Amino acid sequence: MKYIEEFRDPDLAQGLARAIRAEARADHAYRFMEFCGGHTHAIARYGVTDLLPANVRMIHGPGCPVCVLPVGKVDEAVALAGLDGMTLCTYADLLRVPGSGYDSLFKARARGADVRMVYSTQDALQIARDNPARQVVFFAIGFETTTPPTAVALTQARAEGLKNFTVHCNHVLTPAAMRAILDGGQDGVEIDGFVGPAHVSAVIGTKAYAPFSDDYGKPVVIAGFEPLDVMQAVLMLIRQVNAGKAVVENEYTRAVSFDGNLKAQALTDTVFRLRDSFAWRGLGDIPDSALSIHDDFADFDAERRFAIDTPTPRENKACACGDVLRGVKTPEDCKLFGSTCTPDNPMGACMVSSEGACAAHWTYGRFREGGRG
Amino acid sequence: MMGMDLQNGRVEMGHGAGGRAMARLIGQLFVEAFDNPILRREHDAAVFDLPPGRVVMSTDTFVISPLFFPGGDIGSLAVHGTVNDIAMAGAVPKYLTAGFVLEEGFPLADLARIVDSMARAARDAGVEIVTGDTKVVERGHGDGVYINTAGVGVVADGVDIAGDRARPGDRVLISGTLGDHGVAVMSKRENLGFGTDLVSDSAALNGLVADMLAACPGIRVLRDPTRGGLAATLNEIAQQSGVGIELMEDAIPVRGAVKSACELLGLDPLYVANEGKLIAICADQDAGRLLAVMRAHERGGDAHIIGSVLADQRRFVRMKTRLGGTRMVDWISGEQLPRIC
Repeated sequence: MKYIEEFRDPDLAQGLARAIRAEARADHAYRFMEFCGGHTHAIARYGVTDLLPANVRMIHGPGCPVCVLPVGKVDEAVALAGLDGMTLCTYADLLRVPGSGYDSLFKARARGADVRMVYSTQDALQIARDNPARQVVFFAIGFETTTPPTAVALTQARAEGLKNFTVHCNHVLTPAAMRAILDGGQDGVEIDGFVGPAHVSAVIGTKAYAPFSDDYGKPVVIAGFEPLDVMQAVLMLIRQVNAGKAVVENEYTRAVSFDGNLKAQALTDTVFRLRDSFAWRGLGDIPDSALSIHDDFADFDAERRFAIDTPTPRENKACACGDVLRGVKTPEDCKLFGSTCTPDNPMGACMVSSEGACAAHWTYGRFREGGRG
Repeated sequence: MMGMDLQNGRVEMGHGAGGRAMARLIGQLFVEAFDNPILRREHDAAVFDLPPGRVVMSTDTFVISPLFFPGGDIGSLAVHGTVNDIAMAGAVPKYLTAGFVLEEGFPLADLARIVDSMARAARDAGVEIVTGDTKVVERGHGDGVYINTAGVGVVADGVDIAGDRARPGDRVLISGTLGDHGVAVMSKRENLGFGTDLVSDSAALNGLVADMLAACPGIRVLRDPTRGGLAATLNEIAQQSGVGIELMEDAIPVRGAVKSACELLGLDPLYVANEGKLIAICADQDAGRLLAVMRAHERGGDAHIIGSVLADQRRFVRMKTRLGGTRMVDWISGEQLPRIC
């Protein structure tokens, strides 16, 4: 695979590992949060942890789209899917996420609901075109990476005058979540710097992270999702910390610019508006942290079109997903991890997605006693 | 008896009702294609002798979509699958049964293609299809065609192959590239549709196994990594033998096209199904000889030694990554689902 294998080169990895060992000061502990689940996955899958010295610790962040979705939203998806004549389309990971009473879209499907796993919003649109007698709702989740494709689908649906296509919008914003983590106060986690998102940054640009370096004094290095990207970013963060600097740097120059994708940003601004507040799993209600559908597209907004009534969501009190998402706990700190909660029988969302911290540690890292993974 | 319209006809409920239509279907399609003396007697049960040795028996049911895929179809797959299950016990497969569940409305021309493909696969593998069954379900109650095959074979004295025989120090070998079947099939699913020249590796492995056993009768474990891929197969063996297994990522052969497709879809080739590959575990001192024999066979040209068996009470399968780290290779949980971003 050209242009990918190069970013997994063992010799370069060993070279970077040597540089990190040489430059990380023995008397200092470095705590870096990789915000994105994509990074969490890469670190676990390629065994990057083994190449870092013990005093450089990676803290897994909340950037896993299904992990941050609260139980109540899963309940809404299940309820929507259960409406007569409804076809609910969504991205695959969400199908297994447990809602209240461990119900899920997979279980709804087994009960007879028409739930489809799609790779793209275009698939959902096509299902709507092909099935005019059914209502097709796309249950939209994800950070800024998945937002523009949803916007495209909404503009197409409006242009075509589709009467049976709607979107249930749960798109969330990365900078708002980063701010919430840093504002965590006493209960928060100590972070010396961020490995910034890859694909998200291709959309929003490096400019979006200025507040974290300027206001919070935290170094940010935007990095690609390949293992060498992560290691290079870690080295860059160590250099910033050692030099007492806090700036936004871009390791992922092959995809990310200062401004990001202006066309996508403009389209997103047209189709969506900021929600006053959104409930995140683990991070609670965060103002201005998510998007809803603009009034101009009200006919395509599932929240306005379909009245659903879900009871108060019930979460397993012992599930530490919230603390894991904030980096306060490691997966192994959770009482349920590996006992009642495994990928086969997930109690919390972090055990569902391959980008979730618990699933990544269980699947790739649990042979290491003591949780460095 | 009137002939059937194998060009434009379709499966009707009558084809499973026990009357003339069913007799025609069996006579003109199945017996014609699978033709052999045991089948031609058209008893409800096949009667045959087996050569000396312990008898091995296996069954598998095939429910694949799409029915026709690059490099094979449900018919050839149904033969290869059961032949391989028998071969993985170190046995010589001899006879198969074939049970069909047909959906009303299924084109007879497609059924004929499938049956011909089964017959060809059986001939090539040196096995005979000696009895069978046909049922028809109403339109909408099936997915075109489901096929069950069961088979018997005979294992020679002195051959003892089982999943609980891996020992620390043993070596793990694979007969070729991983993931070809799964990715070839996925590429034809309507909701994915990506272009690739990949073909399924679906093939009978009994010839390869015969050569391997002739050169190295002490092989301890044979398995074909079908559903769940290499990862599931090795985890089964680690569980059954009470050992750990360590793989070397560098040594595992995966085609570029499979790597690219998996990258695109967020899948891991270690978990993707194969239908014409086997893994073998043997004592360290036998590994070189076994590898040479595998590579000399047409089904083992890309064979590699990919890892070792370790003492590990936790029975973990792990892998040294190309990058120089280590990770677990766990069981798959549920379906392998694509990542979002």
